[in-house]
Amino acid sequence: MTILGPILIAALWIVPIYVSTLSQGMKTVEILDETGLFFDQFQSDEHIRFIPIFTDLETAKKGLIASGDDALVYIPRTELNVPVTAILYSTSQTGMDIKTVVRENLRKQVEALKLKAKNIDPEILTSIKTSIIINSIKIDKDGSEVKSSEEISLALGLLSGLIIYMLIFMFSSQVMRGVIEEKANRIVEVIVTSIKPFQLMMGKIIGVGLVGITQFVLWIIFTAAIIFGFQIAHPTFKQNVAQIENFTATAPASSAQSINMNEEVTMDPNVFTQAFEGIQSVNIPLVLLTFIIFFLGGYLLYSALFAAIGAAVDNEADTQQFMLPVTIPLLITIILSGFVINNPQSQLAVWLSIIPFTSPVSMMMRIPFGVPVWQLILSIILLVATFIICTWIAGKIYRTGILLYGKKITWADVIKWVSIK
Amino acid sequence: MDLIRTEEISKRYGNFVALDHISISVPKGSIFGLLGPNGAGKTTFIRIINQIIAPDHGTVFFNGEALKPQHTDKIGYLPEERGLYKKMKAGEQAIYLARLKGVPQHEAVSRLKYWFKKFDIQNWWDKKVEELSKGMQQKIQFIITILHRPELLIFDEPFSGFDPINVDLVKNEILRLKDEGASIIFSTHNMESVEQLCDNIALIHQSKVVLSGRVNEIKSQFSQNLFEIESPQHDINSIIPLLPQGIHYKNTESNTSMYKHYFKLDTNLGPNDLLKSLLPYMPIVGFHELLPSMHDIFVSTIQNGSLSENQI
Repeated sequence: MTILGPILIAALWIVPIYVSTLSQGMKTVEILDETGLFFDQFQSDEHIRFIPIFTDLETAKKGLIASGDDALVYIPRTELNVPVTAILYSTSQTGMDIKTVVRENLRKQVEALKLKAKNIDPEILTSIKTSIIINSIKIDKDGSEVKSSEEISLALGLLSGLIIYMLIFMFSSQVMRGVIEEKANRIVEVIVTSIKPFQLMMGKIIGVGLVGITQFVLWIIFTAAIIFGFQIAHPTFKQNVAQIENFTATAPASSAQSINMNEEVTMDPNVFTQAFEGIQSVNIPLVLLTFIIFFLGGYLLYSALFAAIGAAVDNEADTQQFMLPVTIPLLITIILSGFVINNPQSQLAVWLSIIPFTSPVSMMMRIPFGVPVWQLILSIILLVATFIICTWIAGKIYRTGILLYGKKITWADVIKWVSIK
Repeated sequence: MDLIRTEEISKRYGNFVALDHISISVPKGSIFGLLGPNGAGKTTFIRIINQIIAPDHGTVFFNGEALKPQHTDKIGYLPEERGLYKKMKAGEQAIYLARLKGVPQHEAVSRLKYWFKKFDIQNWWDKKVEELSKGMQQKIQFIITILHRPELLIFDEPFSGFDPINVDLVKNEILRLKDEGASIIFSTHNMESVEQLCDNIALIHQSKVVLSGRVNEIKSQFSQNLFEIESPQHDINSIIPLLPQGIHYKNTESNTSMYKHYFKLDTNLGPNDLLKSLLPYMPIVGFHELLPSMHDIFVSTIQNGSLSENQI
């Protein structure tokens, strides 16, 4: 998976874009316009060539087959106020792109005609259109102003919170499976004659943690390398990415606004500068540092608990009764993540980010919005203290559990093991 | 000198007493049989020696010193429930486990090569354990147990899962290890192998040592003063009235030309008394005491033990 993972992720990114570049050959579309109003709207470009034809429909259809052109658009004579219908005849399945272009062109022309009929100058309409920009500025206690971007903080918080959640779950489960494996095949009985059970448990936790971090870093590097390499090998790729992103960005807007006369949906340059300033407003080194601290703390805490679960059962199927109570705090943070991210300074969010079992995920969600230093320090201290206590308790459960076979373990047993000196 | 000596070690789990004041000694260079019915506490005892668990009371001495963590490198343990990492290659795994016991890498490799050659299994080195049969895995695990040349070897049912040829192979290795000076704790339910291998035994029953000592001494202790006289003479009835008091004739068995006459003596009489009384009347070509087998001793001790428990 170390090698395959990044390839798959990169493929997810590259393949759709690459495929779309392949399919963009020159297409020829015939236009049979009985109204005579629309043809001028169809501007040929490097992807689609439009040819006007002037016959009746039946001849045109035959002509389409004979000429080998891709499609024939038939626009029947119609009243201006009735919805315009057009029929697209094609020799093979046309892509969505032809249909979209045809529809857009027809719509723009009909709208222009309607405006003309009501004596509205398209220039006026364009000048009315206004885009509103709200700049949010955070004022610090000392009075200095920092441009803040709620959107960037939100995205960053949600992303880092989810990644921490995923990593903790993934690697802790791996620790648990390792413990179950050693117990199930009885090798543990031999190993503990050489080293102490606690050493074995900690070795597994640290080992899996390092493997996990290595794998994670490799994934990021490989994925970036593959995408970057692909961009170099295909210089047109970058343009296509921009085009596609532009297309996806403009498409919903233009279809939603029926009175959109603009040819191009112009991207407000402010949005870019704003996003850039937004990123600058977030303390990136702090985010990275806390990410590492809370990932390590959360991983050590949960992997110790998961190791204890692994030691208490004989096989993976029996883990359920212990798994649920242990993972509930993590699940709660995910369920409440929407609330935390929208109200990062609320009491609930603050408490979730201080209680050790929920803090790794919740704190990461709050960090980009700015967290008082005392809360951060308190949270870290509590997390470290809790993982030390939990590791100690887990060690006791582990020590007894790994040597017990074939007995269905209950919570009462586990509590008894912990109380053994 | 004893390699292992335990003084009054006890262990309880909640209300269950697993070991109750166990005191035994394993002399250096000997094979010590740890016997007892299932659930008697043998595994707990072995785990204490291995420092997997600690006793609640009592002390274990290794070579005269109180047991400490460094001693684990001098102990090799073959548990009854065998197990290795299934996805790991046999050779790699053996070296890893030897290194855990403090053997340097190159030393472990050269020793392992020797053993793989000796057992004629060189081509298993790069095979994953899961690709090997159960018997093959047992062989690998046996080698792993002895690879770090431990002073104390603990074998829990070492022959289970082996075919008769491999049983002999392992048995000879165990005897050779003993000759080289290793001390061996041997836990088994196979009483025949106890008689073949063990110098001393301890029989644990219901968490207590109910019987211990040298095998031959225990056997004589359980002697019922039963003797077998081998003679070509069939007639015995004419002699019986002439024998002194305390000598009881039991029966006669015949095989081809020889007859075996069985006598039981009262406790105040010895083998010489029997011989003296018989010599004037019949030719004697063979004479020996009939000692009970370890199997009989095991069964009668455990059953008497439970009887007396029941009476209380």
